[in-house]
Amino acid sequence: MGTIWFCLVAIMIAMYVLLDGFDLGAGAIHLLVAKTDFERRQVFASIGPVWDGNEVWLLAAGGVLYFAFPALYASGFSGFYLPLMMVLWLLILRGSSIEFRNHVKSAVWVPLWDFLFCASSLLLAVFYGAALANVVRGVPLDASGYFFEPLWTNFRLGDETGILDWYTILVGVLALLVLMMHGALWVQLKTNGPVNERARKLCWRVWWGVLALTAIVTAASFQVQPQIKVNFATWPLGLVLPLLAVAGLAGVAFELRKRQERKAFFASCLYIVGMLTSVVFGVYPMVLPARNPVYSLTVATAQAGSYGLKVGLIWWIIGMVLAAGYFTFVYRSFAGKVEVESDSAGH
Amino acid sequence: MNEALNVHRLHFAFTVTFHYIFPQLTMGLALLLLYLKTKALRTGDEHYNRSARFWARIFGINFALGVVTGIPMEFQFGTNWAAFSKAAGGVIGQTLAMEGVFSFFLESSFLGLFLFGEKKLGRVGHWWAAFLVWLGSWLSGFLIVATDAWMQHPTGYRLGANGQIELASFWGLILNKWALWQYAHTMLGAVQTGCFVMAAVGAFYLLTSRNESYGRTFVKGGVLVGVVASLLQLFPSGDAQGKMIAENQPVTLAAMEGLFETQEGAPLAVLGQPDVKNRKLDNPLIVPNMLSFLTYKNWSANVRGLASFPEDQWPDQISLLYFSYHVMVGLGTIFIAVMLVAAFLMWRGKLYESRWMLWLLMLCVPLPYIANTAGWMTAELGRQPWLIYGLMRTAHGVSPRVGAGNAWFTLIGFMGMYTVLAILWLFLIYREIEEGPGPDDEDSRTEARISVAAD
Repeated sequence: MGTIWFCLVAIMIAMYVLLDGFDLGAGAIHLLVAKTDFERRQVFASIGPVWDGNEVWLLAAGGVLYFAFPALYASGFSGFYLPLMMVLWLLILRGSSIEFRNHVKSAVWVPLWDFLFCASSLLLAVFYGAALANVVRGVPLDASGYFFEPLWTNFRLGDETGILDWYTILVGVLALLVLMMHGALWVQLKTNGPVNERARKLCWRVWWGVLALTAIVTAASFQVQPQIKVNFATWPLGLVLPLLAVAGLAGVAFELRKRQERKAFFASCLYIVGMLTSVVFGVYPMVLPARNPVYSLTVATAQAGSYGLKVGLIWWIIGMVLAAGYFTFVYRSFAGKVEVESDSAGH
Repeated sequence: MNEALNVHRLHFAFTVTFHYIFPQLTMGLALLLLYLKTKALRTGDEHYNRSARFWARIFGINFALGVVTGIPMEFQFGTNWAAFSKAAGGVIGQTLAMEGVFSFFLESSFLGLFLFGEKKLGRVGHWWAAFLVWLGSWLSGFLIVATDAWMQHPTGYRLGANGQIELASFWGLILNKWALWQYAHTMLGAVQTGCFVMAAVGAFYLLTSRNESYGRTFVKGGVLVGVVASLLQLFPSGDAQGKMIAENQPVTLAAMEGLFETQEGAPLAVLGQPDVKNRKLDNPLIVPNMLSFLTYKNWSANVRGLASFPEDQWPDQISLLYFSYHVMVGLGTIFIAVMLVAAFLMWRGKLYESRWMLWLLMLCVPLPYIANTAGWMTAELGRQPWLIYGLMRTAHGVSPRVGAGNAWFTLIGFMGMYTVLAILWLFLIYREIEEGPGPDDEDSRTEARISVAAD
């Protein structure tokens, strides 16, 4: 039962990264691909009706993590106290900038929110990457099942780790590049004109960075977290997952060359899913590895009571069927390129 | 350790108090929007659609602030209250996760369609969008109240090995009697906020002689729904809530009422300042025997005072609890009076010309916010010293590794950020009210009526 919920939480987090990932990415490239007010409204319009629903995946995944693995939720959230609070502040700034930018037409109001939207999206991508890297690397858990990480210590991988060290920063940068690529592919798919063209060019440039950093981070991860090697050696079938990621990344380049905007976006989804599932596969059955492996939280030690997990499965399935229905409906009624009237406020 | 505990408490109290400014209007307005959309659908009068569009703009701003200030709430259970989350996550995580899965997906999907998709959806489709937004926000309200109700009055659980609190009955958690009454009380409070805000904006338009047809619609809608909500707030919801507290948290009742000594025929303190050290109420203004009657429907019933409980069971902020409760009840009484008089004037056809009443309605607008906040303070301060009533003390629920320095750092960060959000909110709402619902539509309204009559 615990393993089922481990997979369900992983699926929800992957959904969050795929969906909110493209609107975070759109934010991170906002100032690069859109120069005029009209173009910037195109970028906002491309995520306007869906970003809020995408972000709900974070809340839903958080909630499910909370009731399925309370010990993990408690330990992880209090241990990552400072970066999580900063993530919250960035989410507040970002949500405000999307919702309020078009309310006032003023030469001070609009550029301010444009900047905050871009900066908060960019930093969030880096934070998420660094957070994932912290989980892979392991945290200084002790016998109490708790830890507290400062933002940084000496940037090395010793026992006294901080949130930021060379490995987590590297993964943070990779996450930023990946979401920039993902966002650029989305913006390309949803827009016409110069924004479309700039997004396409940017995507090419970022693609090379993603390729290089994926190779480096993969090599580093095998060093940093020995469990990954063990798992792939025990279940060689798991190698399908990293192969999916490679196929996805190759697919992005292939479809980008053929100007298949939709297929390129889905190839990027495949890459992200391949990378995330590889990580999850690599650390299982740990849910939060410790620097000292004895204290690692595992599926078995972190899960909630079995009755609650069974009941949860029933409503989770009902809820997800409903949510899938809403999302299909919303994305359908929002299909095609966005249209922005050149003189209105975008709604 | 003690300092850290206090900062963590303040952290949650500050962020949740600020957050709840927004959902109470969202939930109240969601119902009033449904009222306007239903009117529009039934009368075919475009006036109601324009009114709904105006309120939808205010709803949108308010909703966005509710979302961005709400996300930190879910996170804080883990960040600041890790020991509590570890012990009870298997139970309250259920309702919190269900809120995400059932209501947030619903709300976020249909709010966009409701705000920007009126043309695409058509008249009936747009009504359904309004309905689903209402459903989502009210469902969300229930799941949050059910979470809090479980902390007030835990049901449907069992104690597992190594101190974990496990879910034993799903329906025991969801159909907790406390949750049902607390939900009724909370939602009626939210509806009153919506009604007073709507009526105040209407009164403002009538007093300044602009958008007058809308002004009348808003005052009418606010007063009609408001009079019902404020009466139901007293009875049965407030009454039932009081009885549950008397039964399950008698020490809380004593502290709320400022009753130190156990008495037969206990008096109700209307005013007065608790002197906790000397165990008495200063400058009391009392109604003899009233507390006994209200609590047990018996003028001479025995009501236990604080002195009959060990001090380690007392809520730790008795004075603040006492005042929160008295402010809530006092304002609730004022709401009934204001709404009844306004409804009477409306019945006599004099409301829109009674400038003093319009002034009163306009100036009342902050009061329901204060009453709702005071109500929540009563509930949460009254639960002390327990985090889960009778099961876990607040002092034992805090994150063991997050020190006071880090908690202060983030609390100050939230204070700064929320100050900016508050200014932004007032500024944007003021602009919408200034801009108004559109051209005053006396003429188009008559035309619409004629065309409906002709059909």
